[in-house]
This record gives sequence, C-alpha cells and structure tokens, in this order.
Amino acid sequence: MTTADLIGKIIQVVGGIAIFAAVVGLVLFLVDRAPKRGRDFIQLLAFLAPALLLLLAGLIWPAIRTTTLAFFSRTGQWIGFDNFVWAFTQPDALRVLGNTVVWVVLVPTLSTAIGLAYAVFIDKSKGEKFFKALVFMPMAISMVGAGIIWRFVYDFKSQGREQIGLLNAIVVAFGGEPVQWLQTSPLNTLLLIVVLIWIQTGFAMVVLSASIKGIPTEQLEAAQLDGTNAWQRFRNVTLPGIRPALVVVITTISIATLKVFDIVQVMTAGNFETSVVANEMYTQAFRANEPGRGAALAVILFLLVLPIVIYNVRVLRQQREIR
Amino acid sequence: MTSTIPADLPIPGAKGRGAVEIADETEATKTGRVKKRLTSPWATIAALVIAVLWTLPTFGLLVSSFRPAEEIRTTGWWTIFTNPGFTLANYQDVLLSTSSSSPQLGSYFMNSLSIAIPATLFPLVLASMAAYAFAWIKFRGSSWMFILVFALQIVPLQMALIPLLQLFGQLLRPGQRWLHDVIPFIPEQNYLPIWIAHTIFALPLAIFLLHNFISEIPGEVVEAAKVDGASHTQVFFRIILPLALPAIASFAIFQFLWVWNDLLVALIFSGGTQDAAPLTQRLTEMTGTRGQDWQRLTAAAFVSLIVPLIVFFGLQRYFVRGLLAGSTKG
Repeated sequence: MTTADLIGKIIQVVGGIAIFAAVVGLVLFLVDRAPKRGRDFIQLLAFLAPALLLLLAGLIWPAIRTTTLAFFSRTGQWIGFDNFVWAFTQPDALRVLGNTVVWVVLVPTLSTAIGLAYAVFIDKSKGEKFFKALVFMPMAISMVGAGIIWRFVYDFKSQGREQIGLLNAIVVAFGGEPVQWLQTSPLNTLLLIVVLIWIQTGFAMVVLSASIKGIPTEQLEAAQLDGTNAWQRFRNVTLPGIRPALVVVITTISIATLKVFDIVQVMTAGNFETSVVANEMYTQAFRANEPGRGAALAVILFLLVLPIVIYNVRVLRQQREIR
Repeated sequence: MTSTIPADLPIPGAKGRGAVEIADETEATKTGRVKKRLTSPWATIAALVIAVLWTLPTFGLLVSSFRPAEEIRTTGWWTIFTNPGFTLANYQDVLLSTSSSSPQLGSYFMNSLSIAIPATLFPLVLASMAAYAFAWIKFRGSSWMFILVFALQIVPLQMALIPLLQLFGQLLRPGQRWLHDVIPFIPEQNYLPIWIAHTIFALPLAIFLLHNFISEIPGEVVEAAKVDGASHTQVFFRIILPLALPAIASFAIFQFLWVWNDLLVALIFSGGTQDAAPLTQRLTEMTGTRGQDWQRLTAAAFVSLIVPLIVFFGLQRYFVRGLLAGSTKG
C-alpha cells in the first residue's frame, strides 16, 4: 500500500462521511424553516423518504426483479419454469438441495442440544461467565475466520509425513491412515457442518441460559422436595419452562443455516459435492454466468426461509402477549 | 417468564465485566437457596470437554501464527514445547511486506475499516430518522408502511444481489468514474457501491429495532418539547437521539461486526482489488490459491479476527444484546 493509496482511502472515508452529514444536516435544517403551509408533510418526507427510497430501489424492486429473472434464460428468453425444473431434476442441483437439507436438519438440532447441555452443566457454577465467553467467542468472529481455523484442523499431509492437522494427527496416533477430509464426500459436508455448529452453539447457549435463569426457583425447590432426581427436574420443570426459548433458538439457527455461504466458500468453494443453495446461487449467478438459475435458487432460498420466519414471528408475538 | 425476544433481550445491568453478561439479577439469591445444582461430576467433565473442544481450534491457529514457517510445515502446533520457536515474521510478512507474493494485508485491513465505519454510520442515521417518523409523526398509512419495512427482514439478501449489481452498473459506475477523474487519488473501484449495499441491507432491521426503542420514550417528554415550540428536527436531535443512545450503540456494534465479518456483499460489490476489497475477501482468495501456506494463513486469519475479538471482550454487554437482536439478519 503506497502513501497515495492510503490518502485516497482516507479522503474517501472522511469525504463520504462529511458529504453524508452535510446533506442530512442541510435537509433537516431546511425543513425546519419550511413555509408554514405544508410544513408537516415536508418534515415527514425529510425524515422518512431517504430510508424508504433506498429500500424501494435496493430491496423491493430487486426482489421483484429477481423473481421475474428466475423465469428467463441466460440469453433473456422466457423459459417458464425451466430453471426450477433444472434445480429439482439435475443431479448436481439435487445434490445441492440434498446437502442443504442435511445442513438444516443437523445444525439447529445439534447446536441447540450441545448449547442447552452446556448451559445446564455450567449453570450456577464457579466461573460461569468465563465458560460462557469461551463457547460464545466463535459467534464474534467471521465465518471466513472460522473456516480457516477449521481448515487447519482438517489439514492433510500424505502418509509418512508428520500431520499438522489435529484431526489427522489423532487418526495417525491411533494407527489409522490420514484422510483427505475435505475432498472425501459425503464426509466433507458433515465436517463443514461441524464448523457452523461450532459457531451457533454459543448463540443457543446464551439464549437458553438466560431462559433457564428465568425459571422460578420455587418450582425447582418444590420438585426437589417431592424427591425427584436431577434428570426428572430437568425433564419436567426446566424443559417445559424454556420451551418458547427453544423454539426461537431452533428457528433462528435454521434461518442462519439456510443462508450459509461463507463457510462453504472458504473451505471447499462448493467443490467435492459440498455446495448448498446460497453458495450455488452465487456460483451460478456470478461465476457461471447463469443469472436465471441463480435467481431461481434465490427464490427457492426465500421460499425455504419464509415459513420459518413467519413461525418465528408468531411465537415471538405470542410470548409478548403472555408478558 | 421466558422472554427470549431477540428484539429486546433480557440482558440487564452493567454488573461485572469481561464475561458474557446474562440475565442474572436473581442469581445471587438463588445460589444460596438451591445449593444442590442440577449437575453431577459427569456433567462437569462434559462441560469441560465442550469448553476445550470449542477453544482448541482457535488456540491452535493462534499458536501456529507465531511459529516459524518451517516448524509449521513439519510439526503439529501441539509439539510447541518439544519444537520451540517464536517469531513475528509471519505477521510482518502478511501485513507489511510489499513483495508481490505477500498477501499485503495492510491495504485490506484499511479497506475493511473504510467499509465498516461508514456502512455503520449511514444506516444508523437514516434508520433513526425513519424510526422517529414512524414513532412520533402521525400520518396516514404509517402502520402499514411500518409493517412493510418489518416484513422486508424476511427477504434474504440473495434476492437483491443480481438486480442491484446491474443497477449499480448503470447508475453508479459513471459516478465512480467521474469521481476518479476529479480526484485522481480515489480509484475508480471505490467504496461507494459497497457502502450503499450495506446501508440498504441494514435498514429493515435497524428501523425495526430503533423504532421499538424510540417509541418507548415517554410521550410527555416529546409533547412538552412540542408545546415549547420545538420542531421535529429539534426534538429529534435534542431528545430522541440522546435517549436512544443505548439502543443505537448496541445496533452500531452489531452492524459494525456484521459488515466487518461479511463476505458475500463484499464479493459482489467490492470489485475484488486492493482498492476496495476487505480482509474477508482477501482471506478467501488466499485459501483458494495458497491453501497450504499456513504461516501466512494463520497470521492473516488473526489479523482479521483481532478487531472482532477486541469488540467482543471490550464491549461484551452491548455486543451480546446487539448480536442476539440481529441474529436473523442476512
């Protein structure tokens, strides 16, 4: 990076923020002095219009356009449902959908289960906050960073050389042969799933832990006086008490899982039969020059996410009414 | 009460620092009464195993990033005690070296910052203005418009990428070229498209969250100011913004980290050169072309992780709140 580059970048950032602040400031200053007649409307416009226009041009219109694009071929010809037929019949595309199903089954269940177990195990223990921070930390870092961290764990060196990847080192230590983890299908998809579980467990753990602490102590005490053991108390008091939180955690992680892109991109770039819908959408639309197929996959992704989001919102609203 | 509403999670109090802040206001009294925990020695062991499993991969990468290249290539990081060696050469190589084979991350680090700061400020300002309008300016259609904005959260950003890129190609490219002609310092491939894209994608969630907070501000405060003759602009700057600061801070941290960690938006809108591409994009490139250069990859990964980790350990209370609130974004 040369000094000129650096200056150029600083000018861009400072200039960009200054122009933005000046425009917003000026608009708000001017509407303050707008003529009395129609002032209310002008003020409303100044506050609301920028955000709404951006949303209209950058989200609503593109979403509609993507939906129509899904019915056109690469050359711009109307081809009806052909792109969707492709997505649901071609072996490669079916593989993508199948992988996505595996992801969305395994990640929410396993990360919620592990997060819940961990939250229960460390509840009220000494150093609870510290233990939480350890597991929550992966939530803070990028999926790209997480991908590299795990690529290192899965690293492969040919037999006879010393393994520097933790997983192969363990395999070799027990007398096995080193495995090319990321190139071996279908094992590689499972190993990629491990990475997202590693990230999402912290989220599940924090939300569920907060929920566990909300269970009235009296209930637990009463159950204890009735002579129940720890497992029975967990099954019959804790679990029903945190049910709404469980639903929210599972649905939220499901949505995140359906949209997973970075992990696949960093670890295999979708090769070796590991691609998922969000990754394939990128590959088709921006690498393979098939915007129609990419758009169709985006629509499929939207349709997959939609019911989960609606369910999630409904649960949240019910909870709010209860409170 | 199991209030796990992501929009306003129960994470109270400023008690304690340096650890994840959880709703634990009743903890002190509970520990006293329920002496017998739900757990057994086995549970403690299981918890320890999980904690180790969750920390070990990151730890291994961190240790490796400080080992000499030759050592990384030939021995596992867990043999650090039998094969000692400590060096900062990897970091020097990825950050400062100007040789063409080096990843030259200094430039990309600057890009990540230059993208993330404005892409946090812009949506926050626009969203708090819109949230104020929805909460405190009465107009016809207010409620259905707000519901529409709320509903936009369900649109995955994949739905917007292709048309938005085409739109930028037609509208923004000429502007970028003009900017480059006027100020030659600014490269043709600049941050403008990626700022705008991040701003747009942040708006639905930001408006929704800030509206939740701004509409809870007591009506008397706003009305009193109005009676004194304050305009909307004055109310917004003097009353709403100061009172909404905690919510704004939480969202700002969430948005900053989201942008910093983002890969997809960058891949599509940054152009991929040193002029504008962020760290995440550079790292992804490196895994593709130099997937075995572990001395570089380990150090490079930590260069990109350092900012999120500082935010995580330094601002944990806001961080957790913001992160949980925005967990479905994307």
